[in-house]
Amino acid sequence: MNSIELTSLSKFYGKTEALAAIDLAIAPGDCLALVGHNGAGKSTLIKMVLGLIRPTSGRAVVMGYDPMSAPFNGIRKKIGFLPEQVLFQNNLTGREMLEFYARLKGASLKDLDGLFHRVDLYEAMNNRISTYSKGMRQRLGLAQALIGSPELLILDEPTSGLDPASRQNVYSIINDMKRNGATILISSHALTELDERIDRVAILNRGKIAALGSIAKLRREVNISSEIIIHAPNDTMKILSRHFEGKFFVNGAARISCPANEKISFLRELMGLNISLSDIEVNDPSLEEIFLELARKKAPQDE
Amino acid sequence: MNRIWTLVIKESRDGYRNRWVVMVTLVMTLLALTLSLLGSTPTGTTSISPLAVTVVSLSSLSIFFIPLIALLLAYDSVVGEAERGTLTLLLTYPVSRTEVILGKFISHLFLLSIAIVIGYGIAGLTISFAGENGFADQEWESFLRLLLSSVLLGAVFLSIGYTISVTVKESTTAAAAAIGIWLLFVLLYDMGLLALLAAGSDGGINGELVKWLMLINPTDSYRMFNLTSSSDTALLSGMAGLSSEHRVSDISLILIMLFWIITPLVAAIAIFKRRQL
Repeated sequence: MNSIELTSLSKFYGKTEALAAIDLAIAPGDCLALVGHNGAGKSTLIKMVLGLIRPTSGRAVVMGYDPMSAPFNGIRKKIGFLPEQVLFQNNLTGREMLEFYARLKGASLKDLDGLFHRVDLYEAMNNRISTYSKGMRQRLGLAQALIGSPELLILDEPTSGLDPASRQNVYSIINDMKRNGATILISSHALTELDERIDRVAILNRGKIAALGSIAKLRREVNISSEIIIHAPNDTMKILSRHFEGKFFVNGAARISCPANEKISFLRELMGLNISLSDIEVNDPSLEEIFLELARKKAPQDE
Repeated sequence: MNRIWTLVIKESRDGYRNRWVVMVTLVMTLLALTLSLLGSTPTGTTSISPLAVTVVSLSSLSIFFIPLIALLLAYDSVVGEAERGTLTLLLTYPVSRTEVILGKFISHLFLLSIAIVIGYGIAGLTISFAGENGFADQEWESFLRLLLSSVLLGAVFLSIGYTISVTVKESTTAAAAAIGIWLLFVLLYDMGLLALLAAGSDGGINGELVKWLMLINPTDSYRMFNLTSSSDTALLSGMAGLSSEHRVSDISLILIMLFWIITPLVAAIAIFKRRQL
């Protein structure tokens, strides 16, 4: 049984289509990232998985139950959720806030110390939340989501606004949860925020899944050209520009854009010339470029 | 039940921490003391119990003040949490929406009761010790009725406040609606009835109908409940002339107030269950 199974799930707000017939399954222990621009439908999808809004059509099954049904309430204590933005009550301490949430879940209060250690808030846990910085609040939210070692962890933009070190910490926590067998659903507005530790990525665009697969697979599928930069002495450069006529523009260095599937054959040809090069750089497309390209490719189909 | 208790404790702690309880209790005590000390001056050494005077003055104060603070407590409670994002988070926990509303209601009513009992209690005790009548001879029954019915009146406007809070999308809209409701129940309704009476002064209007129209308003039921609570309070408030067939039984008055507590509360829960987050 899949942890999350969505079958032609759609949601309309009035006449606006927020999600259009989404099919998506996440197996237990799988870690999937939802990526898309603001308004692509990520939050709507997460809210339907959590049973906060009713789908217009289609079906969602989360851990064996319809999230809008009454018995799903019993499943909720196995789910951890970090909202995109949450302003906790300023006049409570971090510890009081988490005790409140732990009691609602029926989780042990003894485990809270460990959670505070894990998100580096142990020293500050007895201070009022009003004294916390933005990053500390985000970490408190993450600790909140981890209460009771959830089997399903849903994190809405967990790394937005965090510095690189904290972001690494978030991913190491996610990795630990994954090792414990938790299913994880993350949303993010940019692929660059993601980590290679994520199993699969679903790119949402205008309410539809534009691409689904591992980061490596997306890279291959998109087939954006890599850029190859060759540094060489002037006389070698002349040989190069003769050989690859029309392909280069020379500006101290030679730059060429080369489709991913021709990269190896190009390099072999270059080596076959048997000339002395001082340096060579191969720049593969960044995740951000892949993302933009995917969004651009899929867009015309929507009209 | 355990979960409601958890919600109640958190809401109460919040009310305590943001000094809401302290502020309201202080204001209530000061207002009650001022009113009752001023009110008791002219009685001199008459046979009327000073506490009866206090009950009459305090119930007039309550009609304006208690609905206002109850609405202030309630109007923001759901829509405000929705705006801060804590509501979405809370509802992903194993709590039902009914429990969320009931938890707020119980804790807010508890906070309000503390303010009423302490504020009016201090005023009542001061008056009874300052007076020349013996402590035991005071109109304690009327005073207890005042405390009880004030708590009920608070509960009425808490319920109405939640109905507003679950219906609107922004807390500023909720604030405007709360002020409107307050004006309607506390001022406009009675003015409308007066106008009706004046228009029908040539005898065309049915007195019985007007009486029940008046009592439909919970603040008027509250007024009637306290002003006729003893012969002293009735005399002081000009209700003594009310012939016995125009009297309404206490039970009916309490039932009207209970109706105004339960109906908006049930409506608030029903609307909240359908609210899109």
